[in-house]
Amino acid sequence: MFLQDAPEGGVQYWELLVSGLGWTLAVSACAWVIALLLGSAIGTLRTTHRAWVTRVGNAWVELFRNIPLLVQMFLWYFVAPEFVPALKSWVIAADPAHAQFLSAVLCLGLFTSARIAEQVRAGIQSLPQGQRLAGMALGLREPQVYRYVLLPMAFRIIIPPLTSETMNLIKNSSIALTIGLAELTFRAREIGEYTFHFFEAFSAATLIYVAIAMAANRVMALVERRTAVPGYIAHGAK
Amino acid sequence: MRQIRISGSILVAALAAAFALAAQAQELAGTLKKVKETGAITIGHRESSIPFSYLDDKQQPIGYAMDLCMKVVEAVKAELKLPALKVNLQPVTSANRIPLMQNGTIDMECGSTTNSVERQKQVAFGPTYFVINVTAAVKKSSGIKALADLNNKTVSTTSGTTSVPLLKVYEKTRHVDVKEIYGKDHAESFLLLAQDRTAAFVMDDILLAGQIANSAAPGDYVILPESLRQEPYSMMLRKDDPQFKALVDRTVGAVMKSGEIEKIYAKWFLNPIPPKGVNMNFPITPQIREAFANPNDKGV
Repeated sequence: MFLQDAPEGGVQYWELLVSGLGWTLAVSACAWVIALLLGSAIGTLRTTHRAWVTRVGNAWVELFRNIPLLVQMFLWYFVAPEFVPALKSWVIAADPAHAQFLSAVLCLGLFTSARIAEQVRAGIQSLPQGQRLAGMALGLREPQVYRYVLLPMAFRIIIPPLTSETMNLIKNSSIALTIGLAELTFRAREIGEYTFHFFEAFSAATLIYVAIAMAANRVMALVERRTAVPGYIAHGAK
Repeated sequence: MRQIRISGSILVAALAAAFALAAQAQELAGTLKKVKETGAITIGHRESSIPFSYLDDKQQPIGYAMDLCMKVVEAVKAELKLPALKVNLQPVTSANRIPLMQNGTIDMECGSTTNSVERQKQVAFGPTYFVINVTAAVKKSSGIKALADLNNKTVSTTSGTTSVPLLKVYEKTRHVDVKEIYGKDHAESFLLLAQDRTAAFVMDDILLAGQIANSAAPGDYVILPESLRQEPYSMMLRKDDPQFKALVDRTVGAVMKSGEIEKIYAKWFLNPIPPKGVNMNFPITPQIREAFANPNDKGV
């Protein structure tokens, strides 16, 4: 069935799945970079002792964590351009796939950044208070305490939840089908609707998702092992 | 001995009754026979196929197709001399309408069912009462007058509909290059057009008219008078039931020939309809006029 020609002309069904896989990977990868950078920064800010900085971080997390992902996707794609004329004119002129891609990356990146920020905060706060005090006693300034003492330990602790978050991000990217991005789930549905072989189409998509998630899992497990410090609580998975 | 004699007379009575029924059954068969015996007819209706068959604010099914079905019900009453005929209303969906027709739950379906050759293998159809065109809605201000003007433009369409492959075929044969955006439902595809994100929305014309009628500024939009494909809508009946089908064909055909259909059409497509008083504003197309002039049950 996957070797049949699709009604779009010139392509076979398996090629549709491959192009869907490409979009899924591209969205996930870009969103993950945004999520990790922003999430780390905001999670760190939330543990500093400056009240207003903490409050900004808290607001960020609550904003992106409390709105359903599906709603956020609609807000980025349909609502945001209505308020920014420059963005609107770009969206009209640009290739529709680019506008969908950008919306999906921003939406998933910011949503996941809130979740990662929460994990980073938990990781830092799980360290004994003495670590921070010891760093300051050595004469390190606050950024240096974070850079050399707190963050290296905190990140090692939170690698397992970060792995889950990475896998979640990949699976959440399927929400982008609601704004028309032709990613993997979109293609599986499309093939099902053209051929009425829903079972085969979604079986194939399921296997591909499992494969990507497993690959992400293995990579993260490798990172966890490589960065493990002997004798420290979060030693790598065996 | 006496017992045997009594049961013998019962047997004679039963046989007589059976012969009487059999004599009547020679005249009636299929759905009409069932209706005569049960004193009731069951109509399958849709819940949101506006304006064909949908529920009003009192949860009663109304619509263009319902009006035509009621004409058939009147004809059944006259034919069977059953003025007290009971009409049961059974909501159906696009997924269960054919199985419910086949298993006898409903006797006829009044909705927005496309009469296709594929479906004719499983059910029968009455005369075509509506013909949709797959075409495009555009903004008047865009200056687009024909599908060919969509070259190098972006269009929206709803994923999972037959419009998508039709559009692809059109692009290929006419060497027109368009970019598609897929909405997950009709409302979303229309929103993309309303926000000027796309130049056109490609879909069934009556669905486009429904979206336009419900939009903030219905006057801003126009439906292109072209067609990627036509699909006839008609009443669904049970297969291999010539007696009932003949009655339906005769009744609906008469409504069409007499011109009464124009009034029923105008009521639902050219005037405000319940529950919100929206006007579909959808004049009779040449294809629909042709179907009224020559009632037929040809499928696509």
